[in-house]
Amino acid sequence: MSQTNDDTPTHTTRLTGSEIIWATLEGEGVREVFGYPGGAILPAYDALRKFPIRHILVRHEQGAVHMADGYARASGRVGVAIATSGPGATNMVTGIATAMLDSIPLLCITGQVPSKVLGSDAFQEVDITGITLPITKHNYMITRAEDVGPAIREALRIAQSGRPGPVLVDITKDAQQGTAAYDFASSAPAAYRPHPMLRAESASILAAAELIRAAKRPVILAGHGIIQSDAREQVLALAERLQIPLATTLLGLGGIPASHPLQLGMMGMHGEAWVNHAIQQSDLLIACGMRFDDRVTGSLSTYAPNAKKIHIEIDPAEINKNVKVDVALIGDLAEMLEVLLPHLAPIGGESAWVREVNAMKGECAVRDIQNLPDTGHLYAAHVMHDLWHTTGGKAIVATDVGQHQMWEAQYYKHEEPRSLITSGGLGTMGFALPAGIGAKVACPDKEVWVIAGDGGFQMTACELSTIAQENIDINIAIVNNGYLGMVRQWQEFFYDKNYESSPILSPDFVKLAEAHGIPGATVRTRAEGVAAMRAARERKGPFLINFLVEKEDSVYPMIPAGSALHEMIRRPGKNPLIETAQDM
Amino acid sequence: MLHTFVALVEDKPGVLTRVASLFRRLNVNIVSLTVGRSEKPGVSRMTIVSEASPTAGHRIMASLYKLENVLQVDDVGQAACVIRELALIKVAATPKTRSHIFELAEVFRARIVDLAPESLMIEITGVESKIEGLLQVLNESEDRILEVSRTGRMVMRRGQHTSRVLDAMRVPGPEEAEEIPEEEIAEEEADLPQ
Repeated sequence: MSQTNDDTPTHTTRLTGSEIIWATLEGEGVREVFGYPGGAILPAYDALRKFPIRHILVRHEQGAVHMADGYARASGRVGVAIATSGPGATNMVTGIATAMLDSIPLLCITGQVPSKVLGSDAFQEVDITGITLPITKHNYMITRAEDVGPAIREALRIAQSGRPGPVLVDITKDAQQGTAAYDFASSAPAAYRPHPMLRAESASILAAAELIRAAKRPVILAGHGIIQSDAREQVLALAERLQIPLATTLLGLGGIPASHPLQLGMMGMHGEAWVNHAIQQSDLLIACGMRFDDRVTGSLSTYAPNAKKIHIEIDPAEINKNVKVDVALIGDLAEMLEVLLPHLAPIGGESAWVREVNAMKGECAVRDIQNLPDTGHLYAAHVMHDLWHTTGGKAIVATDVGQHQMWEAQYYKHEEPRSLITSGGLGTMGFALPAGIGAKVACPDKEVWVIAGDGGFQMTACELSTIAQENIDINIAIVNNGYLGMVRQWQEFFYDKNYESSPILSPDFVKLAEAHGIPGATVRTRAEGVAAMRAARERKGPFLINFLVEKEDSVYPMIPAGSALHEMIRRPGKNPLIETAQDM
Repeated sequence: MLHTFVALVEDKPGVLTRVASLFRRLNVNIVSLTVGRSEKPGVSRMTIVSEASPTAGHRIMASLYKLENVLQVDDVGQAACVIRELALIKVAATPKTRSHIFELAEVFRARIVDLAPESLMIEITGVESKIEGLLQVLNESEDRILEVSRTGRMVMRRGQHTSRVLDAMRVPGPEEAEEIPEEEIAEEEADLPQ
C-alpha cells in the first residue's frame, strides 16, 4: 500500500493512521491515555474526539509516563502515554526507565517527523527508538499507515506477556496522515511465543521439593512477581502448608497480607532487623518472583551463607545473575507453585523456627516509636502510622523516593496487592504525584494518597495543575523536613555530616495548592495531623497536607551499601526513638 | 574465555543494533560478529564471538532471548562444529619476491586472487589459528602486509543439528551439548602446517 495524503476515505474500512491508533486502542479496551500534544503528533490528536477514549492532559511528558505507570500498577492493565517528537519524546525517558526497572506494562506512543526527512535533524527530530533501546522491552518506528494497527497490537501483547515492560511505538507524521485499509481482527499480532528457555523440568521440581522438605529454617522471599503473576494464593499455600515465614521486597509489599501471621515484613537495606536476621540464619531461601537486587542482599559474599537457594522466576536472565542458586524454576510463579505444591505434604502446628523468628521481634516491639508518649515532635513515622490507622489500611498509596518511602514501607501495613505504588528499581524522585493521579484514574472508587518528600514533590509539582483541570480526587501528604532527607542521612552516616546541597528551600506548599484551587493544611503536631487526614478524607476532591516533621530524623535500621545483611546501623541508644512499628 | 553463539534473528532494520547494544550493556566485548541470510526467508543468521567469564554464557543467551527479534540462540561453546573464517590479505610483493609467497599460499591452501605490480592479494579460509599462522609466517618472512580483512568466525554444528532439529529439541543448554571428540579436533587442525 502506498502512502497517500488522501483525506477522504473512499471506503468505510479505510482509515488514516491517526484513526487507526485510536481505533486499535479502543479495540484493545484502552479507555484512558495520558499525554501532551505537539507538532508531530497533532494528526493523532485531531482524530481523538471520534473515539471514546479519555485523554488526560499532563503538564510534562515525564508525568504522562508516570501516570500511565501508576495506572498499570494499580490496575494490572497496560498504561498508555502519548507525546510528540523531540523534547516530548525525550521527556518520557525517565518514566520509561522507571517502568523498565520495575517490569511495568506500558505503551508509549510518540510522534515523529515525516519519514522523508528522517535523519536530517529536522525540527523536533530525535532518534527516540535509539535512545530508548536499552530501556524498553521493545520499540518500533512506524513509517506507513498500514503498519500502525499491527504494531500497536503487538506492542500491547509484548508489554503484558512474560516479564512485563514498557514498549514504545514511534509513528511518523506521514504514517498518521496516510490512509490504510483497517480491520481490527486482521491486525492481530502473532501469538505469544514463550521464551524457549522456559521449561518446567520435573527434575527441578522434585529437587526443589526435596530441598523444601529437608529445610529446618526456610524463608520465602516474596517479590513483585507475586503481584504480577497473581500468585498470592499459591505462595500462601506454600507458606502455610510448611509453616515457612515470609519476607517481602519493597515491590512485593501487599502481595501477601501484612497481617498474615507468617509475614515478617520488608527485607533489605531498611528492612526490619528480625527479617534480615531470619534471612541470614536460614538454611533455605525460596525466592518467589524477585531478583536479588543489591538493596535486598547487601554484600553478596556474606548473603545467607548457610542457605540453599531456590529461585522461581519468569526471566531466565535473572537466574544466577546476582546470587548463585541451587535450583531454578523458570516460569510463571503461580503456575510453578501449582506444579510444586502437590509434592509437599503439610506439616502441623507452629515450627520451632517460626517461634525463633517471632521471638526476635519481641525486643523491638516494646521499644517501638508508637509506644512513646507524645513529646510534641512530629515524626514521619507517626504520619505514616496515623495515615494507616485513619485510612484503615485500605488506601492506594503512591510514594516518592527517599526517607518517607522507607517509612511508608515500614509503617503503612499493606493488606492488598497493588495498594503500594512506588518506584523501586530506578528510585525515581518525582514519581509519586503523577503515579497517584494514574492510580486514581485506573481505580476511581479507591481512596488514593500521594506521599512525597519536599524535594521529590517539587520535581513534578506542575501536575497539581493536571489534578485541578481533571478534578482528580486524591489526597497529598508532603513529608517536609527541609532536607533532601535520604541524602542528608547518607551525609550524616558516611560523609561526616557534611550537608552539602541537601538543605532545600520549598515554597509554602499549601499556598501552592491553593493557587491551583486545591485546599490544604499545614501540620506541626500529631493531633493536628490526624485531624487534617480526616478532613482530607471527608472532603470531596483533592486535598494537600504539608507535614512539617522532625528535620534530622533518619531511617533505621540501615544496612550501609555493600555491608552484610546483618550489619545494621541501629537507632542510637540514647535517642528514645526506635525503628519499628509493631502494633496492628 | 570465548563464547560463541549462533542466533537466528528477524531480518529487519535495527536488529543488529539491538544485539550489539545488548553486549555493550552487559559490558561484554564482541570479538567478532558475522551476519547474513539463513536458510529461512526473512531470517538472518548471526555468529557472535564474545570474550566473557566462563559463567556468563547462560546470562548472555537468556538476555539475547529477551530481544523480541531474536528467534533462536545456540551456545555452541562445547559442541562439535565446523568453524571457519575468511581473510583477505594484501602483501607488498614485486615480481622478484612473489614466488615464495606463492609457495606459502600453497602450503596454507590459500589462493592468490589478485596480482598487481607492487602487491598481491591472498584469500584464505579456515579456523582462526590457521589464518593467524599465515599472517605470522608472512610477518616473519619480512613480507610487508598492507591490508588485512577478516570476516570473523562462522560456526555450524556438525551432523543433524539443523535449526529445525534444534527447534524441536528447544535448544539444549551447554551442559547437554556434546563433547567434542578428540579425533575431530585433530581433523579440524589437520590442515594447519606447523
